[in-house]
Amino acid sequence: MDIILQVKDLKKYFPVRKGIFSRAMGWVQAVDGVSFTLYPGETLGLVGESGCGKTTVGRCILRLIEPDSGEILFDGENLLKLNRESLRKVRAKLQIIFQDPYSSLNPRMTVKEIIAEPIRNHLSASKGEIQDRVFYLMEKVGLHPEQANRFPHEFSGGQRQRIGIARALALNPKLIICDEPVSALDVSIQAQVINLLIKLQEETGLSYLFIAHDLSVVEHISDRVAVMYLGKIVELAKDTALYTSPKHPYTQALLSAVPFPDPKMKKRRILLQGEIPSPINLPEGCRFYSRCPYRRNFCRESEPELKDIGENHWVSCHFPVGE
Amino acid sequence: MNQEPLLSIKDLRTRFHTYEGVLTAVDGIHLEIYPGETLGVVGESGCGKSVTALSILRLLASPPTKIEGQILFDGNDLLKMSLDEIRRIRGNSISMIFQEPMTSLNPVLTIGEQIAEAIRLHQGLGREAAWEKAVEMLQRVQIPSPRIRARDYPHKLSGGMRQRAMIAMALSCHPRLLLADEPTTALDVTIQAQIVDLMEHLKEEIHTSILLITHNLGLIAEMAKRVVVMYAGKIVEEAPVEDLFFEPLHPYTKGLLESIPWMGRKIREGRKPLQEIPGMVPSLKEMPKGCRFHPRCLTAREICRNEEPPLIVKPPRRVFCWLWI
Amino acid sequence: MINPWMRFKKNKAALFGSILLLIYFVTALFAPLLYPGNPSAPNLATALERPSIKEPLGKDELGRSILGRIIYGSRVSLLIAIGVVCVGLFIGVPLGLISGYYGGKVDFGIQRATDTLLAFPGFLLALALVAVLGVGLKNTIISVGISMIPIYIRLVRGCTLSVKEQTYVEAARALGTRDLTILFRHILPNVMAPITIQTSLGMGTAILFAAGLGFLGIGVQPPTPEWGAMLGSGRPYLFHAPHVATFPGMAIFFAVLGFNLSGDGLRDILDPRFKS
Repeated sequence: MDIILQVKDLKKYFPVRKGIFSRAMGWVQAVDGVSFTLYPGETLGLVGESGCGKTTVGRCILRLIEPDSGEILFDGENLLKLNRESLRKVRAKLQIIFQDPYSSLNPRMTVKEIIAEPIRNHLSASKGEIQDRVFYLMEKVGLHPEQANRFPHEFSGGQRQRIGIARALALNPKLIICDEPVSALDVSIQAQVINLLIKLQEETGLSYLFIAHDLSVVEHISDRVAVMYLGKIVELAKDTALYTSPKHPYTQALLSAVPFPDPKMKKRRILLQGEIPSPINLPEGCRFYSRCPYRRNFCRESEPELKDIGENHWVSCHFPVGE
Repeated sequence: MNQEPLLSIKDLRTRFHTYEGVLTAVDGIHLEIYPGETLGVVGESGCGKSVTALSILRLLASPPTKIEGQILFDGNDLLKMSLDEIRRIRGNSISMIFQEPMTSLNPVLTIGEQIAEAIRLHQGLGREAAWEKAVEMLQRVQIPSPRIRARDYPHKLSGGMRQRAMIAMALSCHPRLLLADEPTTALDVTIQAQIVDLMEHLKEEIHTSILLITHNLGLIAEMAKRVVVMYAGKIVEEAPVEDLFFEPLHPYTKGLLESIPWMGRKIREGRKPLQEIPGMVPSLKEMPKGCRFHPRCLTAREICRNEEPPLIVKPPRRVFCWLWI
Repeated sequence: MINPWMRFKKNKAALFGSILLLIYFVTALFAPLLYPGNPSAPNLATALERPSIKEPLGKDELGRSILGRIIYGSRVSLLIAIGVVCVGLFIGVPLGLISGYYGGKVDFGIQRATDTLLAFPGFLLALALVAVLGVGLKNTIISVGISMIPIYIRLVRGCTLSVKEQTYVEAARALGTRDLTILFRHILPNVMAPITIQTSLGMGTAILFAAGLGFLGIGVQPPTPEWGAMLGSGRPYLFHAPHVATFPGMAIFFAVLGFNLSGDGLRDILDPRFKS
């Protein structure tokens, strides 16, 4: 099968600076060896709580943040080896939608200018052609082309997010990284945007890396899901497999913690006890040791690797749940 | 309910006088909370749920805000009290916790001091005794090493810990009513679960009623016993929680429930598009005529466009909708 | 959106300032209409004449009409004001943008140079530059202009640092927008508000500094009518012909006041919106 994106052993450490000379006293291992593959037309969900590194992974793939090591193969090309100009050209096909609909659009540009920007950057097209394309994109995302000359502040949050989506679609990208695209929206608008993203995927066959913390949304939209904890992927599986039989204790706890809109359901909740280790000073063995309800001594000594335990269900745990 | 309500809101109207005219954030609502219950208030941005809570404790600056109506607590109208009398109630018999603990905790005071301050103020204890009680509260909200942590400043605590500290502060004087405005929205899911668990325990121990304001329907299903749904400044439906989820009456409630993804839905139903509510929440400046929801309602009729729906009571439920005449 | 004009109008001081500026600009633009005749023509017979109906502001030590010289002087100071802010803007703004956006060594170098210039009080810096460059209108503009550059650099750099963190700038990079385009299409427009305010205040300062240089005799040279020079040449006559120095002094005062009050008013309407 074709692969659209392959990430191999991605690492990004942030220095913690102290002292008058801002010496690096330690490193936050924000992304510590992340690998996954993404296929055309599929959505890979990337979930985790704050500090797990999922947002950093997204930024690193686009090289908005420069990774420290690893390989990022997009359509066969290693993005980390490209010079500035080649990277710029690749950005036509690899796009991003941001979380905040308010700060991701330049308040002083009209909607038309905002959506046309990527087109102007990469193609030489006439004014008429650009306008046609902008109107087409606006309709595709459910906006009225008559509003093309308005400014972002005249639109609601949901509409602004649509503008951001139109902008990302401008050059028919193959992959869009969705960084918490619906978290800042009202509940009734989230459904509109989620449906739109799915519809666009069905029409154009593009892929999504869907980064979010809302597990219900991720389950709905993703084909496969990766769970991150403290910079590493701890589980990666097909959506149904992950949600019905999670194998990593963290995934299990995470899923049980999500409030479920059914008052009759009495939750059997796994409440995690223990402290989260400091990301600067990570322990030797498994990173989840301090909070794991099933921990054993062996877990403290040796760090588990991400392994396929059957049917493309990957877990990073010495004693996966139910195995 | 054959008890007396703890808090009774009658015809509350909260208006903001701005350069652009008068904006009515809460437009005539009636609400009752009974002792020992959790009442959920659900709605999206602009529906007026937060403003309602702030109106109860009169935390809105009085011009430019104008509040009308009656809020009875223990037989006294909170809206008619003097500022001094209201201050004696705040943090004491009615407390509030907010969404963002970092902005509601004073960054230059240790958390122990902040809790002790509330205790000294309302219970008249001396410094030593108040400090002891503060440490005790931190223990109750399950902050590890409370005696040491009490000397920490807010920025040293994680998000979940700060929220616990805020709960400790709010519950330190054993309030009869806790107003919780999106208490877990800013927290990670696993921390959220811990806080929910904590709030339920403490509610039992201290016999507090909770007014839980949130847009998260899952949270409502877990914590609330009765639910009120607000839209554009008005209440549209009120029901016991199971009735609301399994037999919603108002089209907005139905729309909300249909539009949220929940885990396991795809496995059960296959991936179908989520049911959308078309359009968007009306701005306070351009409120639709008639029923405020009619532009987005799939079952709107002529009368919905022209006249505001009346109250329809099917005890123990209430709904404001022409469909249920 | 709250109407900005409504808010400006409510600010009485800003309104007053804009009226002053209006008078000033109109005077400068229509000088020949307001005072036909040559204001620099000496007439020693009428030297130091007191204000009268025919000459409301009196005559100076060479018998020239003070009113006429003040009217024509407004052109000179306006020219200086515009020239000075142009120097500041065209050099200071790009340097500030580059310094803020790229950071690193470039930023370090530009900032240390700016530090050096800012170590001197503005007027002294202008003074020192005149000593190097010489006197006259052109050199006055250059010297005062150079003293204004570091202010723009600092201002623009600070704003650039915060605007560049905005998500829409990150979005532009993700879209493959070139750096120069980002600077001029994304960052500059969002930095315009403080630049505009600084320009208004800067014009007032420019007039003040130029007047100071003129007063000392090392600014604009006679016979060109410049308010500061008029003030300086009127100094010996302060006791028995005070009108010679007083009126130019008042002209300077009201012009600078106009720019300052308008600048403050602009800040009030632009800043809170800028923050949102």
